[in-house]
Amino acid sequence: MTGKTISEKILSLKSRTDARAGDLVVCDVDCALGTDGSTPMALDYFDRMGGRTVRHPERIVLALDHYVPPSSEKTRALHHMMQAFAATHAITLHEAGEGIGHQLIVETGRALPGSLVVGADSHAVTYGALNSFATGIGSSDLAAILLTGQIWLRVPHSIRVTLTGRLPAGVYPKDVALALAGQLKADGAAYQALEFAGDGVASLDLEDRLVLSNLAVEMGAKNGIFPADAKTDAYLTDRTDRRYRAVAADPDAVYVQEVAIDLGSLVPQVALPHLVDQVVALDSVAGTPVQMVFLGTCTGGRLRDFHQARDVLVAGGGVAPGVQLVVTPASREVLEAMQADGTYDDYVRLGATFVPPGCGACCGTCGEIPGDGVNVVSTANRNFKGRMGNGSASIYLASPASCAAAAVSGMIGKPS
Amino acid sequence: MSAPRLVGRARLFGDDVNTDYIISSTRKRESLDPDVLRHYLFEGIDPAFAASIATGDIVVAGKNFGCGSAMEVAVTAVLGGGIRAVLARSFSRTYYRNAINNGLLPLICDTSRIREGDSLQVGGGADMVVENGTTGEILTPEALPPIMLNILASGGLVPYMRQHGSFVV
Repeated sequence: MTGKTISEKILSLKSRTDARAGDLVVCDVDCALGTDGSTPMALDYFDRMGGRTVRHPERIVLALDHYVPPSSEKTRALHHMMQAFAATHAITLHEAGEGIGHQLIVETGRALPGSLVVGADSHAVTYGALNSFATGIGSSDLAAILLTGQIWLRVPHSIRVTLTGRLPAGVYPKDVALALAGQLKADGAAYQALEFAGDGVASLDLEDRLVLSNLAVEMGAKNGIFPADAKTDAYLTDRTDRRYRAVAADPDAVYVQEVAIDLGSLVPQVALPHLVDQVVALDSVAGTPVQMVFLGTCTGGRLRDFHQARDVLVAGGGVAPGVQLVVTPASREVLEAMQADGTYDDYVRLGATFVPPGCGACCGTCGEIPGDGVNVVSTANRNFKGRMGNGSASIYLASPASCAAAAVSGMIGKPS
Repeated sequence: MSAPRLVGRARLFGDDVNTDYIISSTRKRESLDPDVLRHYLFEGIDPAFAASIATGDIVVAGKNFGCGSAMEVAVTAVLGGGIRAVLARSFSRTYYRNAINNGLLPLICDTSRIREGDSLQVGGGADMVVENGTTGEILTPEALPPIMLNILASGGLVPYMRQHGSFVV
């Protein structure tokens, strides 16, 4: 038999079988996330399944992140329902304002190398950056996990994405992810795993890797997984006491496709409305007018994102007239770090509108809704028509620095 | 066990229909009830669509149907509209899972020659053959693995779990 990919190895461990791509396996889940977008339905399924006790409450994490702050009695009632369930079953619940569930899973050391972590939200793929097999599920799957602690999974074939070299100045992990989406297209990795490899991995910090794993689902991927290294260990040192064992691919593992990306040759990218895979070099749409800039989300709402954007904004002399700058930290930890090092004050001086940590304006469920016909440049991961709550707005996706450059000049373009 | 035979009109959609286009996140914020949400199905693509649905209609799409958010109302709202099957060249994996778990039949087949309004029959039994009564064409969808067939045959993951209590491989 040939060797195994990282995904085949983790799913072998979790199913206690010799799992190979294409097999259907039932796995024990190490951790499962439910959000206020998905858990209310899951609790209804759980109830209808006859659920009374939660099989492994210590493996469940709930996060109130999509409706922050809850702006109607209906969303408030959803939060109350989840709070009551968490209290009854001794489940960890992150309150509204603590942050995006995906960021909290990562920050609290819940996603460990070699583990199987799922989330009832498509961007659960984010934790693949930590060498965790991480994938998105629906509410009914979450209900079955509450009931049994298990999930059925088809073991994915893997596409190996080999990264070489280092990113040039002015080019960021978001540009890598967008370039990959442009190349593979929205379904290019459907039902498959992206496995990142190559010497370029070492040049990316853990926070950078989160961006690439996060965008994996926009190519249809089941998961986007990195090998673990010293940077993974350093990130987890103060975040968990639990022991873990990193999982590496076998040298003779079999891949269905090879993709090579020379980081050094990349230029800033932008995804055009209304498809994430409609990616072009940023230069080619320079001059496009912009009325709203959104910095935040599970893709681009971390401390380094706000640093990169702030530096461009300050160097450029601030936000252009007629541009609204919206800032939404991915978590309270990010917000506190911004306050501690002065980044928060910088954004206040720049005239930014702050939305509490959470999903914010990303999916139109809370935060700022763009006006009719407005062009938005965003650090988020999706630009579907109506995604931010107004079907007549047009959403461009770019790196934090490129978003900041657009805020400075009022149009898409390179920082001056 | 076998799935029931389905007969209905083809309702055509294109490639990359994401879950926000099936039902928008802002509608979901106001209600999770399929009976409410069915009135807003596909409104971003065609505001008149919801009112034109007849029970038994079969959604026919191109590649990557149900991409984007994993929100399960994108399946339950479709079922709420009386639609029992979706044929597509490919699905996003979360939509596919959610469909199986709720008893919405997701079939992967070459949909390129199906036209709006064609009369379709999806055969009962494990082979799930699709017959286009309008053109006479027979399509053979990708076979479903046993665990998915069992969940579908139970009527979804809720009755499956009530019956088995855990996953049976």
